[in-house]
Amino acid sequence: MNLESMYQEVILDHYKNPQHAGLRDPFEAEVHHVNPSCGDELTLRVQLSADGSVVEDVSYAAQGCSISQASTSVMAEEIIGQDVDTAMAKLAEFEQMITSRGTREGDDEIIGDGIAFAGVSKYPARVKCALLGWKAFQAATADALTEREKK
Amino acid sequence: MSRTLNVEEIREQFPILSRTVRDGRPLVYLDSGATSQRPLPVWRAEEQFVLHTFAPVHRGAYQLAEEATDAYEDAREKIAAFVGAQGHEIAFVKNATEGLNLIAYTLGDDRAGAYQVTEGDTVVITELEHHANLVPWQELCRRTGATLKWYKVTEDGRIDLDSLELDETVKVVAFTHQSNVTGVVADVPEMVRRAKEVGALTVLDACQSVPHMPVDFHELDVDFAAFSGHKMCGPTGVGVVYGKAPLLDELPPFLTGGSMIEVVTMEGTTFAAAPQRFEAGTQMTSQVVGLGAAVDFLTEIGMDTIHAHEQDLTAYALERLQTVPGLRIVGPTTAEMRGAAVAFDVEGIHPHDLGQVLDSQGVCIRVGHHCAWPAHRALSAQSTARASFYLYNTREEIDALVDAILNARDFFGVS
Repeated sequence: MNLESMYQEVILDHYKNPQHAGLRDPFEAEVHHVNPSCGDELTLRVQLSADGSVVEDVSYAAQGCSISQASTSVMAEEIIGQDVDTAMAKLAEFEQMITSRGTREGDDEIIGDGIAFAGVSKYPARVKCALLGWKAFQAATADALTEREKK
Repeated sequence: MSRTLNVEEIREQFPILSRTVRDGRPLVYLDSGATSQRPLPVWRAEEQFVLHTFAPVHRGAYQLAEEATDAYEDAREKIAAFVGAQGHEIAFVKNATEGLNLIAYTLGDDRAGAYQVTEGDTVVITELEHHANLVPWQELCRRTGATLKWYKVTEDGRIDLDSLELDETVKVVAFTHQSNVTGVVADVPEMVRRAKEVGALTVLDACQSVPHMPVDFHELDVDFAAFSGHKMCGPTGVGVVYGKAPLLDELPPFLTGGSMIEVVTMEGTTFAAAPQRFEAGTQMTSQVVGLGAAVDFLTEIGMDTIHAHEQDLTAYALERLQTVPGLRIVGPTTAEMRGAAVAFDVEGIHPHDLGQVLDSQGVCIRVGHHCAWPAHRALSAQSTARASFYLYNTREEIDALVDAILNARDFFGVS
């Protein structure tokens, strides 16, 4: 087994220097996700633009393994400042790659550094780690949009 | 007097131990606390039963059914004797989790008589419990309005008997014989003494003790106990629930249906005597026979011998692991009153990443919170890595573990 194929430099860099980390105000939705198989925990906040079309901020506090930490960092870097639609397309591309058991490389034009996680997809036990932050973003954004509809 | 265990001879009985993983690495299996490997004689017993003696048990009036029933009931007697019980004091369940649920449900049943847990009663557990001996008691309290209390853990991961005083409201004290995280062995006689003083029943989670040391439920004087077959060289899908004869005889059923009845009318049902009352529907027959063979296998080697071997491995592992910079043992750092599960963390490496690097070198350990989240919280560990040893493990495998951890430190640039 080639450990380097999983632990790409990009991943280790994000793990050591997570981007956009920390919980920030303002935020309109906050979720807490856990990975019960390994105990990783993540609190994530989302702030959308006034018209709800742009992801203005994603902030987070996470405890967990290198894969979940780095993946959350890459997610924040890729998604902050993007249209919600673009962000969701990135999420879809990342999810397809990461659940492909190593059969999809991922499109770097869509998910940028996210393609560094292609090697992780060969290890089913780590897929949940890699998806933790992305799924939390999806849930928080859904919460934010649902709240807006109520108003 | 315990003999020395011939590990090489034992390993030959486990074909899986000679296979390789991850590009030709020899398998170093250090996860027997989760599930143990199965030796050939156990597999052969299952095969023999399935291919040559298979028929419904306790039904059918023909020779084959008689033979199958005999195989099943002979296994019951053997397994009961292995833990110092009588055959009619144990019932087969799918695993210890089901066994503990069986106890928690029947004690909450309105037909449990004097044993019934109701509002105003207290159920006591410990912070050290596996979720299997924790969640069913939370649920019992939720259903009945009883209060859940617990003994806390000490800094080195033992049950702190000074942290809780039992009173007359305590109906049940449920605790683990040997922790699946810190490896500590509970002071069962003292905990039973305290429970008896207030008239409480005791429930022992014996999952991590029965496979690893001689255990005698009568001598320990616990009221109930449960353990799983797959942690003691037996098959998955079979576990045992033990109850002292007068208790099992009096308690109502858990699962109901075929085979567990006495008389059924459209208006109501009376139930068979224990243990059949607790064995509803067609049972896991070949697994029971396999567990009987596992008991034979372990008995032949000798539980004292197995325990001595594991004590040696544990002491060696604790000593070697503590030479690794930044490694913290979560639990006692010596082998006294502790078994062969060793949880630890390594500064600067998340357990999941550590497990990945170890896997790349063929070393199988458990990472996470090992179904004991509150225990981790109490010991200030977000998650841990755990190596657990059994009769087939060797000192060389512990050396491989330590080398792999050192490699992980290099890989992640921890210094």
